[in-house]
Amino acid sequence: MFPKWFDDWNAKNPTNIFGPAILVGALGGALFLAALVVTWGNPFYDEFDQTGPRGTGMQIAALSSTVDPTIEEYYTEEPYPREEGEPLAGEVYENVQVLGGVSDGNFNRLMNAMTQWVSPDQGCLYCHVQNDDGEINYASDDNYTKIVSRRMIQMTQYINEEWIGHVQANQEVGVNCYSCHRGQPVPNNIWFRIDPVTESTAGWSAVQNRATVQSQFTSLPSDALYRYLYEDNVIAVHDLESRVGDWPADEGVATWQNTERTFSFMNYFANSLGVNCVFCHNSRAFYDPSQHTPQWATASLGIIMAQELNNDFLEPLGPVYPPERLGPVYADAPKAACKTCHQGYNKPLQGLNMIADWPELASSEPPVYE
Amino acid sequence: MSWWPEYQNIFTQVQVQGAPEMGMDNENEMHRERTKSASFSTLAGWLGNAQLGPVYLGFFGVVSLATGTLWLNIIGFNMLSQVGWSIPEFIRQLFWLALEPPSPEYGLTMPPLNDGGWYMIASFLLLISVMSWWARSYFLAQQHKMGKHVAWAFLAAIWLFLVLGFFRPILMGSWSEMVPYGIFPHLDWTTAFSIRYGNLYYNPFHALSIVFLYGSVLLFAMHGATILAVTRYGGDRELEQIYDRGTATERAALFWRWTMGFNATMEGIHRWAWWFAVLTPITGGIGILLTGTVVDNWFIWAQEHYFAPTYLEPYGYEEYVTGGE
Repeated sequence: MFPKWFDDWNAKNPTNIFGPAILVGALGGALFLAALVVTWGNPFYDEFDQTGPRGTGMQIAALSSTVDPTIEEYYTEEPYPREEGEPLAGEVYENVQVLGGVSDGNFNRLMNAMTQWVSPDQGCLYCHVQNDDGEINYASDDNYTKIVSRRMIQMTQYINEEWIGHVQANQEVGVNCYSCHRGQPVPNNIWFRIDPVTESTAGWSAVQNRATVQSQFTSLPSDALYRYLYEDNVIAVHDLESRVGDWPADEGVATWQNTERTFSFMNYFANSLGVNCVFCHNSRAFYDPSQHTPQWATASLGIIMAQELNNDFLEPLGPVYPPERLGPVYADAPKAACKTCHQGYNKPLQGLNMIADWPELASSEPPVYE
Repeated sequence: MSWWPEYQNIFTQVQVQGAPEMGMDNENEMHRERTKSASFSTLAGWLGNAQLGPVYLGFFGVVSLATGTLWLNIIGFNMLSQVGWSIPEFIRQLFWLALEPPSPEYGLTMPPLNDGGWYMIASFLLLISVMSWWARSYFLAQQHKMGKHVAWAFLAAIWLFLVLGFFRPILMGSWSEMVPYGIFPHLDWTTAFSIRYGNLYYNPFHALSIVFLYGSVLLFAMHGATILAVTRYGGDRELEQIYDRGTATERAALFWRWTMGFNATMEGIHRWAWWFAVLTPITGGIGILLTGTVVDNWFIWAQEHYFAPTYLEPYGYEEYVTGGE
């Protein structure tokens, strides 16, 4: 196998290679183990939260072990008491369609906060237009971002009013602009419809087997968010009796392909919340409601909420956006899903109360300042 | 190294290299279907025989290699076309890409080429390839005047292969039930299949298959270790030791009998190993064949048949509001 000179040299120079080989192997192995511990974390980390009765294997790695770094960046300010004779925003400013009932001082307090939350680097001019003479024309709707912002304020109020079951499941938390934006004009973890993800294919072949953000870099289907959080398709795949006798070729029968899509969706859920299956399910019987944790109900409401937000607020904004803000395949509007707000935590911003200081966003009714 | 006994080694200690053994040239004219050349590899000699080749091809070997190559190439070119004929993207996405079976709505009909049609063609070629390789293992054993144990063992694996790709899809009325050809996608299929049918761990034939699989591993480790441990007494000449039991066999037998009260024999251990190996895919195949055809939710089935415990409600999950106050 080796050249003759090499074999000859080896024959003339017998050397004990076991010592160096064991040394190199031991050092290499130690280096490999060290790299594993650094990248994957301490294998003996044994703090768990129990999510079900003992003996059922219901536990997840302890939550909230690290502090969400965006909490420190969060800007908030308590409401100002309304002064004697202070006008409402709708009385002193033109074209205030949504926040007209907010007092002047608090209106400006909110505008400042929105700038901190959404466009801290770009400032007021991210939404408002500047006239040729340098004056800012606050009333103008010429900038598309202003129209989008107005709709987003309505969406925030809608979530806080109508989806208390999801956004205040355990205590008063609610949402404001920062829940999703976190200091960025375009929030992280928005999504577009991207299937087909493979070329020259059709049917099930076309929606999977490609590492995409939406499949969470698995080979599972990449259309789960579109099918379950924009369209309203059945997520459950199990038969609830030991024998049902469905045919996979029949319409509406859950196949293993549907199961892959559900798996893809559930995997997205778990990654978005930084949890695993047993945060909501007993994995022995994913389908059995009597073995779901209370979080399952909160999450189920979240699914319907995301469907509503995508259909009623986000997708209809499509015509407002410039082309560079639209999806790569269908030129669809950017949409929201679990991760857009949760960003890896089971409670967004680890349960920080986002409406305590912001009654203007907690309700579509104008607040009464004490 | 003196502190390390020479007979204890991971790799084969004795290598024979010299004039290649080209095999008999008997009345069957077998040499006509053998390749002409042979070579030696020291590396191969560490693991087995140092001589590589000649290879007997024969009719079935040629058919099997040709159809198997076509199968692999159809998969490869389909994957390549899925990434727009980009070689870098093909390499990058290789473990993600797959040739998928048809969508369910086509049932047992021939689907369009871009939605499982190529998959059906490739699968047909794979069927011919695998069955030809089986025939090759059978007839080659026959020509060597050997028992057909290898062929029957291979057929056990083919049983599982046919259940997955032929018998069960027909019983389910759809070719879409077949397994994708892709690295990650076939694993996705496995997970999805188990989840869809209520967790395959509660399928008793799946359980049996695992018993035989892990049993095979255990037997293989015990047997390999036992023989290596007595090679210094000639224990690796197992066949001679079957009819002329020597001190190697005696020591190995005593070791196990004194350890656990029972020992296999030089003959019996190979029958144990063969049956454990063969029963792994046979029981597994039965388990797959029953899934979706006879049982649709194994966990519920297992509770109904006292194979899994039924817990009494209420379970008390409402007590565990994790992360809540």
